[in-house]
Amino acid sequence: MEERIVVKPRKRKLSSDRLAFATMGYFFVTAFGLLCLFPFVVILMASFTSESGLMRNGYNIFIPVGTFSLEAYKLALRTPIRVFWAYRNTICATAIGTFFAVMMATMTGYVLQRKDFEHRNQFAFFFFFTTIFNGGLVPWYILCVRYLKLRNNFLALILPLMFSVWNMIIAKSYISALPFEITESAKMDGANDLSIYFRLILPLCTPLLATIGLFSALAYWNDWYTSMLFITSDELKSLQYFLQEMINNIQALKQIAARGGAVSFEGTLPQEGMKMAMTVIATGPIIFLYPFVQKYFVKGLTIGAVKG
Amino acid sequence: MENKTSTGAPVVGAPAGNGDSPKGKAGSSGLDRKNPKKGIGGRLWRNRYLYLMLLPAVVYVVIFSYIPMGGIILAFKNLNYVKGFLGSPWVGMQNFKFLFMSNKLWFLTRNTILYNLAFIAVGMFLEVGFAIIISELGRKMFKKVFQSLMFLPYFISWVVVTAIVQALFSYEFGLVNNILAAIGLNRVNIYASAGIWPYLLVMFRAWKNTGYGSVVYLATVTGIDQQMYDAASIDGASIWQRIRYITIPCLVPTMVIMFMLALGQVFRGDFGLFYQLVKDNAMILPTTDILDLFIYRALSATSNIGQASAAGFYQSVLCFITISTVNFIIRKTQPDYALY
Repeated sequence: MEERIVVKPRKRKLSSDRLAFATMGYFFVTAFGLLCLFPFVVILMASFTSESGLMRNGYNIFIPVGTFSLEAYKLALRTPIRVFWAYRNTICATAIGTFFAVMMATMTGYVLQRKDFEHRNQFAFFFFFTTIFNGGLVPWYILCVRYLKLRNNFLALILPLMFSVWNMIIAKSYISALPFEITESAKMDGANDLSIYFRLILPLCTPLLATIGLFSALAYWNDWYTSMLFITSDELKSLQYFLQEMINNIQALKQIAARGGAVSFEGTLPQEGMKMAMTVIATGPIIFLYPFVQKYFVKGLTIGAVKG
Repeated sequence: MENKTSTGAPVVGAPAGNGDSPKGKAGSSGLDRKNPKKGIGGRLWRNRYLYLMLLPAVVYVVIFSYIPMGGIILAFKNLNYVKGFLGSPWVGMQNFKFLFMSNKLWFLTRNTILYNLAFIAVGMFLEVGFAIIISELGRKMFKKVFQSLMFLPYFISWVVVTAIVQALFSYEFGLVNNILAAIGLNRVNIYASAGIWPYLLVMFRAWKNTGYGSVVYLATVTGIDQQMYDAASIDGASIWQRIRYITIPCLVPTMVIMFMLALGQVFRGDFGLFYQLVKDNAMILPTTDILDLFIYRALSATSNIGQASAAGFYQSVLCFITISTVNFIIRKTQPDYALY
């Protein structure tokens, strides 16, 4: 009720400048919003359009009458084992990686914000320095391949993304806003730091966990880079890298369509439609999940953003 | 326990309000009574769980960041896989010679900088613009729907963006090309016209990141003192005046900080964007090649590890110098926002 009373008088005197701004504002915002949405619609529609329809009419934001077809999906899933592997790898990497990423970021953040921890500033700089200077791609790559043996190793999908200094900084600032008395009184009662962190601090950090969790999960889910660098075996490739191969490599598409990859596909391959179907298959879950996590995402972004 | 914290390096990475409160000391004196052990060993033992909690991250950073930092000497070596980092022979500046002679480095550096500047300018314009518009348009429902839409591109990988590029710009079937043809213009083969790529890349980058970027500014706008707006409306200020004289000036510090932060990364390209959209398409490389792409190509396709690590060294050192300079300037002008 109160809010309405406050809002009403403002509405009544909708002056010309306000009207002009609102018109323009709604126009730009709507235009940009649609622009963000419409490529997804194009891809979705194309994936359900028959190849002949695509060839005739090109890509579109609707399915032209009489060209609806599931052919692309059928072919894309003809060798389901590749899709299954890709999904399995990405889901496992995302689940395991996100768990460790969240634990490491919050644990480190908690220690570094402890006002009674003597070397916290030195340690903080130790971590922060890695964001302003790094050895570059080559030494890192050689380390991973030659010394850590990450080539064609499932850990290659997890380790490189496991710790982010930025997440750690977000955690540090979030936890430091909690009252220090929590730690203090628990120490008085004889609790050790580990159980203070697990039993008192973590339960108070749900928004933080959601934020870092989302950032990490997104990084893992969308990761094609580590697969590109380290993985050559089909069984270990991540979903996005699998998709990348399908989109860019007709040969790879043909293998998928040719059941098991032994014989090459006969006849004209519905390339365009298949690429789009693959894209939908690889993107689908995260888009469906999106409305549910979006709330936390914006909130979490704000937590991160306030930090700068 | 001595209060060592105040003598150490300044608080890292905490622009706003992370000042030490005196509470810490009170807490530690309480601990002292319980734990009579003195000296370094005693302190280590007392904080053993804290060190234990730090351990994973410290080990991780040493392995994945500090050891590769040492590996930067590869730029002056001729890497031999069998002999490894340390055993490979020194070759002095040989790796740099070719890079500098071919003018390649200058060309790559210029591209990297120009692209980043374009990203910064376009990105900031859109992000600030949308943040202001969203904050001024009242309807909550509308705001929510719009923000959901705006974040959608941020959720997908650059690989999916490649599929989008194909759907929109494929020469024969792409939606944009079909529209061009329908209104009587010529179709554009984007993979044969290098000149169009700077626009495309800036566009897709803005498309993907505006939603994310605008949140920072939106948070700042939300924090502006409402009384200023009330006072302005009593004085009969128009909405343009509100924005021009209240919102934008309040946003300037954030804009400066974001600009400086982005400037610190000006020698580092967005590898995902460039790699996925450009790949190794030789036709368009003249306008799209950046340092990161070159380093990756030198490492993977040509296995020219010497040149790759020389270019990597060059990039890392330039990055370090710019970030340090930028941070120095911020610390002099806006100490609250200094990175370190």
